[in-house]
Amino acid sequence: MDDLCRLTISEIAGLLKKKEVKSTDILNSYVKRIKAEEPEISAYLYNDFEEAERNAEAADKIISSGSDYPALTGIPLSIKDIFLIKGKRTTCASKILDNFISPYDSTVVRKLKENNYVFLGKTNLDEFAMGSSTENSAYKITKNPYDLNRVPGGSSGGSAASVAADLCAGSFGTDTGGSVRQPAALCGVVGLKPTYGLISRYGIIAFSSSLDQAGILSKDVTDAAIMLEAVAGFDEKDQTTRKFNVKKYAEIVKKADKSILKGLNIGIPAEFFSDGLDPEINSKVSEIKILLKDLGANIIDISLPDTKYSVSTYYIIATSEASSNLERYDGIRYGYRYNENDGGAIQSLDDLYRKSREAGFGNEVKRRIILGTFALSAGYYDAYYKKASLVRKLIIKNYKDAFAKADIIIGPTSPTPAFLIGEKTADPLSMYLSDIYTISVNLAYLPGLSIPVGAVKNPTKTDGILPVGLQIISPWTTEDKLLSVAKIIEDEVKFREKIKK
Amino acid sequence: MHGNNDSFEAVIGLEVHSQLLTKTKMFCSCPNIFGMEPNTAVCPVCLALPGALPVINIEAVRLAVKAALALNININKKSLFARKNYFYPDLPKGYQISQYLDPVSSNGYLDIETEDSSKKNKINKRIRINRLHIEEDAGKLIHIGNRSYVDLNRAGTPLVEIVSEPDLSSAAEASAYLKSLREILVYLGVSDGNMEEGSFRCDANVSVRRKGDPELGTRAEIKNVNSFKFVEKAIEFEIERQIDLILNGGKVIQETRLYDSKENITRSMRGKEEAHDYRYFEEPDLPPLILSKEFINDVKNSITELPAEKRRRYVSEYKLTEYDAEVLTQDKEIADYFEDLIKENSNRIDIKKLANWVINELLSELKLKESEERMPLSAKNFLELITAVESGSINRNTGKIVLAEMLSSGKSALEIIKEKNLAQVSDDKGIEDIVKQVVNENQKEFADLIGGKDKLFGFFVGEIMKKTKGKANPKKANEILRKYIEENK
Ligand SMILES: [Zn+2]
Repeated sequence: MDDLCRLTISEIAGLLKKKEVKSTDILNSYVKRIKAEEPEISAYLYNDFEEAERNAEAADKIISSGSDYPALTGIPLSIKDIFLIKGKRTTCASKILDNFISPYDSTVVRKLKENNYVFLGKTNLDEFAMGSSTENSAYKITKNPYDLNRVPGGSSGGSAASVAADLCAGSFGTDTGGSVRQPAALCGVVGLKPTYGLISRYGIIAFSSSLDQAGILSKDVTDAAIMLEAVAGFDEKDQTTRKFNVKKYAEIVKKADKSILKGLNIGIPAEFFSDGLDPEINSKVSEIKILLKDLGANIIDISLPDTKYSVSTYYIIATSEASSNLERYDGIRYGYRYNENDGGAIQSLDDLYRKSREAGFGNEVKRRIILGTFALSAGYYDAYYKKASLVRKLIIKNYKDAFAKADIIIGPTSPTPAFLIGEKTADPLSMYLSDIYTISVNLAYLPGLSIPVGAVKNPTKTDGILPVGLQIISPWTTEDKLLSVAKIIEDEVKFREKIKK
Repeated sequence: MHGNNDSFEAVIGLEVHSQLLTKTKMFCSCPNIFGMEPNTAVCPVCLALPGALPVINIEAVRLAVKAALALNININKKSLFARKNYFYPDLPKGYQISQYLDPVSSNGYLDIETEDSSKKNKINKRIRINRLHIEEDAGKLIHIGNRSYVDLNRAGTPLVEIVSEPDLSSAAEASAYLKSLREILVYLGVSDGNMEEGSFRCDANVSVRRKGDPELGTRAEIKNVNSFKFVEKAIEFEIERQIDLILNGGKVIQETRLYDSKENITRSMRGKEEAHDYRYFEEPDLPPLILSKEFINDVKNSITELPAEKRRRYVSEYKLTEYDAEVLTQDKEIADYFEDLIKENSNRIDIKKLANWVINELLSELKLKESEERMPLSAKNFLELITAVESGSINRNTGKIVLAEMLSSGKSALEIIKEKNLAQVSDDKGIEDIVKQVVNENQKEFADLIGGKDKLFGFFVGEIMKKTKGKANPKKANEILRKYIEENK
């Protein structure tokens, strides 16, 4: 039954509908596979098979009752450990939340429960989603299923690895600067970061409030559409969600036809093909350009001139917001609190804060808190935070100008394929550059998607390959267009079929 | 000025924080009430659990805009929320959501009554208001022994902060400003104005300079002042302290000082309050607050007559004295009640008489009883009583007794009058009979009265009243007794 794990959500849903399998069968197959593979991959922080079994049994009951049921009924999913689930441990891969059991459900999880999903477990991430390799987790290092010596990307590395290694049918992650798209590219799966405000952030542990957005990691584009439809929409608990109507993404993607490419203007931003780009990735993207041209699209050169400022702008805004968002972890009400047995007496209230946060946070988190605190402090605010906010407006304008010419933009998702564990940990700046093509999409509140379009040779593993992701960016709230174009490319490239062989 | 050196003048600005009378908190749906068990009016948002997000309470915005409009402050159609970051256990998020660069309203004024420089004439003075903005309150720390406990019921309670320009020049002016501000907020139903419970709080920025000096002196901020009396005292003390310091060659330093009401001094908080860098920045969890013209107009239309206007109207329209107008308008409930009486006054009793009834009878009776309920009598019932007295069907003293009875039993005036048979005996025949009866019983005294002992007149009136249990119309009784004496001389 191992094959069941390889199925996409739409395939599982088809079997469930025809009553050829039960949700419990699917689950059993995953449990078996997770028990065998998870020790190597370390995608999960924990599994909850008891909960999963309850969910699957409930789903089977609903399915057998014969009435209509939602699209994710009986589908086993993994959830990045940044989403709160009532009664479940939620750590954000940080020691400071080591003992935190959430007393409430995030809106995404509430909607998944209403969808009768099956909860397989919480996936690993960089602590507080700060990182691009999942090496910053306080608990474990997740391996790339294509090469256990390499990172899965991050910060949703556990989610991407769990999808790539068939340890779940799909996963929910978050994307603040590329945290869904970059690991999707490095693990050869689909990664969707919707328009800022399309999915509620309520109950998602905040890293950078103006950039964070829930995202989807899936085996194919159709699944991404199904998952998006299940969780998108206005939430009265998140005032940054909008009242735009959620489209029938699954339906739209199903109907996506090559003919939509005829005359479609596809923009290629010159700035996405700069020095740091791996030449092999460059040539993979070029192949797609030719493919799209052959299908009737107009390939046009565009410019996003302020892309060069996006990494620095991002690291000022994201760290500033993070320095404030993480103030609540003070050891007073919940989470880790220093106690005198941990060594040394507590001198004062400030000392309690200092010692709790010092022991509770990891180095990268501390680095970013310090950076953000500095950028917001009196005397530096104008030069850093305020300036960055202005540059952000320029980047938004860049995209606006680009979309005046192009209907959609494509480019590489990541400048390199998956890198080796430990390769960039000593040099945070080189790590920050691995999100160079994804960051500006968050700064501009736009939807972006990474889709596997091929693979390059793995230089450190005989006969090994490393997947390459293509990034597609579309205008604000045009996920329908984004998913449709992605689906057509997917059908042409046939990445999954090729990898299976 | 209170200081012993008249060559100085004080420059004072007030920062007032007032909780808003909303049903729920500023950014979550927890109840906004005082006095619940600690940590029972809390939720993920006001506990600052991971992942929780604020949602603007539009009712609080409405009240803030109402206050701003009443204080002549310009409403900004677009305003922003900002985070004020600092660590303290009563501040669960580690930041307070407030407004910083773009408040909901700015540039207004409040006119207060003060004295001119001769201190002989009352004049009006315009105190400019820099801004009124919306923010949330912190929780409370409770210290028991050497332990501190956190109660987050108050965390997230909606507040407005109203910042005056430094236009106040004495403790008395500061107090007048504060009283007027409080009166308006309470009148509007924006605030309960309770200083003791801390729902209405005031910090004062005080500095002094030599008269004519264009430069402002260094200011000290005085906190922890929780009554009107203390505001005045604390400012007076602080002005004197600063003048003494300067006269003795010292220098005022910019600092926060706490008022100690027991010793009536202000004390430096130095060391406790280091120079804070609050790292203000725009709250990314909330969109800009955009107020439509319709919203603002709607709030504008909901503003009723303010106390100062009411006072002026009572004097001009109802011809009441300044004093009576003041008493009747000090509390919106009393003013509303008084106006209800006028509205229901179908027997056209003189409005001045109605005012006297409210002030001299009802308010003093309520004060006597320390009534919890502020206006327990319906206007209709009270008018019934007033009519009974003014038309002579019961006398004034009986009226007082009936009023007390009405307040304690809740019965109507007519019910009580009937039940206790209190109606005045006004008819001539009835009183004549009683006069005869009393004379019969006191023949010797009556002979003396006729004989010229005029003092006994009072004795007979008293006896008549006794017989009628006070129900006799005293005027009538006098008249008939005098007639009877004449007839029997
Ligand atoms: Zn609450």
